[in-house]
Amino acid sequence: MESLIELGQFILQNLINALQRGSFYAVISIGYSMVYGVLMLFNFAHGDIFMVATYIGFGIATLFLALFAGFLPGPLIFLATVVVTMFLAAWVGVFVEVAGYRPLRSAPRASAAITGLMIGIIFETGILILLGAKRLSFPPLMESVAYNVGGIYFTNVKVMIIIISLFLMIALHTFIQKTKWGMAMRAMSYDFLAVPLMGVSINIIAPLTFAVGAGLAAVAGILYGQAYPILDPYMGVIIGWKAFVAAILGGRGSMKGAALAGYLIGFIEIFVATIFPSTLRDLIAYSIILLILTFRPRGFFGMEHSTKLRL
Amino acid sequence: MKKLACLVVVAFAFAMVFSPSAFSARKTIIKIGINAPMTGDIPKVGEGSKYAAMLWLEDIEKAGGLEVGGKKYEVELVIEDNESKAESAVKANTKMITQDDVLAIIGPQSSKQAVPAGEVANKYKTVMISPWSTNPATTLDRPYVFRGCFLDPFQGPVIANFITDEFGFTKAAVLYDVASDYPKGLAEVFKAAWEKKHGAGSVVAYQSFTTKDTDFSSQLTQIVRSGAEVLFTPQYYNEVPLIVRQAKELGWKGPIVGSDSWGSAETVELCGEACYGLYFSSHYAAAGAKGATKAFIDRYTDNYGYIPDDVAALTWDALRLAQQAIQDAGKLTGKIEKDRAAVKDALTNIKNFSGITGNMTFTPEGDPIKCAVIVKINDSGEYEFYKSSCP
Repeated sequence: MESLIELGQFILQNLINALQRGSFYAVISIGYSMVYGVLMLFNFAHGDIFMVATYIGFGIATLFLALFAGFLPGPLIFLATVVVTMFLAAWVGVFVEVAGYRPLRSAPRASAAITGLMIGIIFETGILILLGAKRLSFPPLMESVAYNVGGIYFTNVKVMIIIISLFLMIALHTFIQKTKWGMAMRAMSYDFLAVPLMGVSINIIAPLTFAVGAGLAAVAGILYGQAYPILDPYMGVIIGWKAFVAAILGGRGSMKGAALAGYLIGFIEIFVATIFPSTLRDLIAYSIILLILTFRPRGFFGMEHSTKLRL
Repeated sequence: MKKLACLVVVAFAFAMVFSPSAFSARKTIIKIGINAPMTGDIPKVGEGSKYAAMLWLEDIEKAGGLEVGGKKYEVELVIEDNESKAESAVKANTKMITQDDVLAIIGPQSSKQAVPAGEVANKYKTVMISPWSTNPATTLDRPYVFRGCFLDPFQGPVIANFITDEFGFTKAAVLYDVASDYPKGLAEVFKAAWEKKHGAGSVVAYQSFTTKDTDFSSQLTQIVRSGAEVLFTPQYYNEVPLIVRQAKELGWKGPIVGSDSWGSAETVELCGEACYGLYFSSHYAAAGAKGATKAFIDRYTDNYGYIPDDVAALTWDALRLAQQAIQDAGKLTGKIEKDRAAVKDALTNIKNFSGITGNMTFTPEGDPIKCAVIVKINDSGEYEFYKSSCP
């Protein structure tokens, strides 16, 4: 009986750990998925947009804390940081679309894919030159308080990360389903050749998609800074890869799928690392994903027609 | 036209092949290579190495050059960035030896780079002194490779003894990066030392992760549940804050103990109050230093605005060792291969060298016999001397 309770605690604890990790993969992979939906290409710079957004968040958070820490309540500073960072990061997304992808819209798919990689490297080295190789420590926007409920440990930051991520995904879903802009984006992903003929300009919808994706990455960046407060210019690479895998696993272009797959990857990683030595973590995690893709090549919610317009 | 282009290419090729060696024979410049991580995972380590080297060069320049056998030589530093990667460190060494004709190399700092780079230095018969690498493999069977610090087989038991004496614990947990030579080697040594003291199975959790991981929650959950009383984690300054923080969030209450890789000036800056009161083993403690050590600390602080970490102090000692060896060699012939061999022989014969991190005499392996220090991070974030342990 005793050991059963302990096992339950152990599983629940890891469940919470996995929810936090998965939240990051989910929110970031949605950015991949959205761009794929509209432009039928993967924006490989997305991991580095996330990195740049985290640095912007770092700057804004430091500034706001220095200005308002005395007289404004903490949650308000947090909210202001999120809003301003989202706004600025959205422009980074727009910049990537306008400067990187727009000139190559009629170029072969492979050229556009390479563009993303190059923009990513430019961002990484740009930050490296601008700020040096020094690690930065993201300032805590709220005091981390640890709770112990029945032998399961969690902090207010962890809970906040999970809730905000879920809230964001629901908000985005509503935006896509209920607004005119969302409808335009859905229409574009259905047929990006015919829809512009109906008066919906791809030159507005495409940057909008990038902006929304970058805005999401900005929130993820600030939350990431709260959970893992050490920033470096290459922090977006690995998390970007994993979010990309989540976007494929979820089904190309499907946001619901990307979110679900993001959480799934978080779970697989955490649980594999608890059962097996950590060296085997990625091997086992990605073997499982490969297996899933073998039987479901379009991912969880991939649309039939997207296989024709393959990358 | 094509023929002309061909000719130009051939001419260039000839120039490339012959010029460096042809010129260097007549040069009166001594070149010292510095192989350090200026970018990558641990740039603060590279910065400390570079600053220490610049102070050393300043001294040499003030004296009008380095005097060897009654003749003054100009000294030039060749600083190469190894990006904290093993393959770049190998490339940097190869370049400095074959193209820049350095007389000796200082670095790389961490074992992950020093172990493979030492192979290159030894192959090309060039003296390499790694100031900070504590993994035995760096100098093993490599007559041309030396180091400026103690070894992990010494450090591991020192930490195990310290924890036992200080806290009286019998159950320990270890969390380490399995993909990096230094943490992996030291974790193994610590485990062996601990189990020798407290019996098999007394390391109740032995968890690993991989370089660049930021989430240690699954490993730490297991460590917390294993009933361990102390956590030992021989990681670098970019990982220590994350580990300490996540451990506390997951309900870890016991002390966390580290090794000399914690010694960087950046650890406390990134970790903040979460790291106050923790212990680690190191090469020297800045707070409360005396004599030449204090002089170096003051000078470094005046110039660069922060207290030098152990890497900077060890780099300084390594450069002074190289200087001593070059001077002891007696005479430079100008033939780089011969001079390199002479420097190696001189270095092997150095006895009781008094460095700012302690006195050094080399074993035949090229390892100095030195004391280790247990440092406590005090309540104002300084590295305070707590205890010392000598072989």
